Amino acid sequence: MTAILTNLFDGVAYGMLLFVLACGLAVTLGLMNFVNLAHGAFAMAGGYVCMVLVNRMGWPFFAALPLAFVSSAAIGIALERTLYRHLYTRSHLDQVLFTIGLTFMSVAAVDYIQGSSRVFINLPAALQGQFDVLGVGIGRYRLMIIVICGLLTIGLQMVLAKTRFGSRLRAAVDDPRAASGLGINVPQVFAFTFAFGCGLAGLGGALSAEILGLDPYFPLKFMIYFLIVVTVGGSSSITGPFLASLLLGIGDVAGKYYVPKMGPFVIYTMMIVILIWRPNGLFGRTAAR
Amino acid sequence: MFERKQLSHKASRAAAVAAIAGLAGLAPAKATDSVKVGLILPMTGGQASTGKQIENAVKLYMQQKGDTVAGKKIEIIVKDDAAIPDKTKTAAQELIVNDKVNFIAGFGVTPAALAAAPLATQAKIPEVVMAAGTSIITERSPYIVRTSFTLAQSSTIIGDWAVKNGIKKVATLTSDYAPGNDALNFFKQNFTAGGGEVVEEVKTPLANPDFAPFLQRMKDAKPDAIFVFVPAGQGGNFMKQYAERGLDKAGIKVIGPGDVTDDDLLNNMGDAVLGTVTAHLYSAAHPSQMNKDFVAAYKKAFGNRPGFMAVSGYDGIHLIYEALKKTGGDTDGTKLVEAMKGQKWESPRGPISIDPETRDIVQNIYIRKVEKVDGELYNVEFATFEAVKDLGKTKK
Repeated sequence: MTAILTNLFDGVAYGMLLFVLACGLAVTLGLMNFVNLAHGAFAMAGGYVCMVLVNRMGWPFFAALPLAFVSSAAIGIALERTLYRHLYTRSHLDQVLFTIGLTFMSVAAVDYIQGSSRVFINLPAALQGQFDVLGVGIGRYRLMIIVICGLLTIGLQMVLAKTRFGSRLRAAVDDPRAASGLGINVPQVFAFTFAFGCGLAGLGGALSAEILGLDPYFPLKFMIYFLIVVTVGGSSSITGPFLASLLLGIGDVAGKYYVPKMGPFVIYTMMIVILIWRPNGLFGRTAAR
Repeated sequence: MFERKQLSHKASRAAAVAAIAGLAGLAPAKATDSVKVGLILPMTGGQASTGKQIENAVKLYMQQKGDTVAGKKIEIIVKDDAAIPDKTKTAAQELIVNDKVNFIAGFGVTPAALAAAPLATQAKIPEVVMAAGTSIITERSPYIVRTSFTLAQSSTIIGDWAVKNGIKKVATLTSDYAPGNDALNFFKQNFTAGGGEVVEEVKTPLANPDFAPFLQRMKDAKPDAIFVFVPAGQGGNFMKQYAERGLDKAGIKVIGPGDVTDDDLLNNMGDAVLGTVTAHLYSAAHPSQMNKDFVAAYKKAFGNRPGFMAVSGYDGIHLIYEALKKTGGDTDGTKLVEAMKGQKWESPRGPISIDPETRDIVQNIYIRKVEKVDGELYNVEFATFEAVKDLGKTKK
């Protein structure tokens, strides 16, 4: 029983992490209809910023996390203004080619500057180790991930559903021409949304270094996971990717624990089964636009 | 203005052409008194640290010993294959056909070393393997000589050591690829022969993001120790999560071949690795004067500690130098391989030799424990198994 609960806990933490990493991609892909395969590069940028601040400049871990968000968002907005916005109207193939090229460039750049070996962020002692609750092992770091990511998800849902910005964004997505006719600055809304998605990726990158490892190949290694989350969740809302992340996280951990020989295939099997059952993802509408 | 610009552009192009022609004119004149070594290494990609260590070590050796042997100037040509066998093959072809190299050397991973094997046989030039570690490699061409190690060497020894030192129940966690399976099989063979029991066997995918569920399974199986082989880069992740899950406090030790505590990464792993026992060919803490000098020179030149890949590269270039000395500068490939067989020398890792039968390395394997020395983590050697041959060779 305790083994089941320990695994459930690990799975939820892993799923939450996947969600923060991938939900920016869900936003650009689903809401903005833009294929950004360089999403993982923004996550990596956040991870390395956090590592440099904590390990080399002696910042406390919790102070470095917001900066990981801000710096990835800043890189995001700079690239959106200079490069990405020219591609909004281009075909998906152009977008794929452009962003995958960007990914390779980021890999080479980080490899050149930081070297290719894997780095770790020095965690405060309070976040290390496990404590027992009725025999269930609770990892402190994983608990922190669940708390941070849980709060973020609630906040994100509130912003999209309840705020003025949320309704502007939804309007801009559904019909950009009518929205701009109503006085909504559509490019600005998109730029802001894109930057926010990149920021989330950066935060996810910083949080994931401890669990997934951080090296220059991060964007290539984990791109597949981000894409699985978005395809399984359906890309038209935030709830879809959130539930998909949880499902995949728990499924992946349980699969590796109970059937280690099947290990990595559990997540792919789940994806295939779900997509046969619901080709547009768990919560997908038929094509966003 | 426009025209002048074009003119100067033309002039510079003419100069460039002249320069290239000049270089080309020089090259053949020099070719007769130089020996070329093509170094094929992963300089980018996941194995890049291997490539960098070997390149550094070769540079260091040539700085120390000079670049002339038996009247010939040694020329190194480095090619990056990113550890992808197709690229290895192309690089080897270019080196042999265009650059007319006398040796091919390096090879970060087993598939890369195997991809170049038929070319070495065809061109009749020595292939000096400085990293890749599966047993089969030297059997794929009579021109392959190895200065690194085989996984069988360290895995069998840690298996023997474990049963003799009170470790009866072991869970294994190995990466699911050829070297991982080699390590697992050789360990199991010796460990169970000595009366040990493998209670849990997990193979993790090579691109594994998270060890948590596997480690939880190990914890619940309650073994005396976990036998681990993961590629050097993943060792840090493994050890961190091992500590996070409290396996160290549950009294489950970590044992394995030394890749998991490579000197390259050891210092970043944190105190959780303290007490890890591994069997391996080299530790930066090896207590010989030669090694102390080697470590100091390497640190001074490149800013960090050498790992076992650096030593393998250092010994590889040494073997090339010695072979040339023995042939008196003759670059006939078959004679060079003959000259390499049976070579014996003192390396920073201790005494080593090349087995004349298998062209594979014979070396001491040390049992080491991670300890803190002057505030840094080191693999401190405490037992030695002398002159270990590769046990993985198929019996002829």
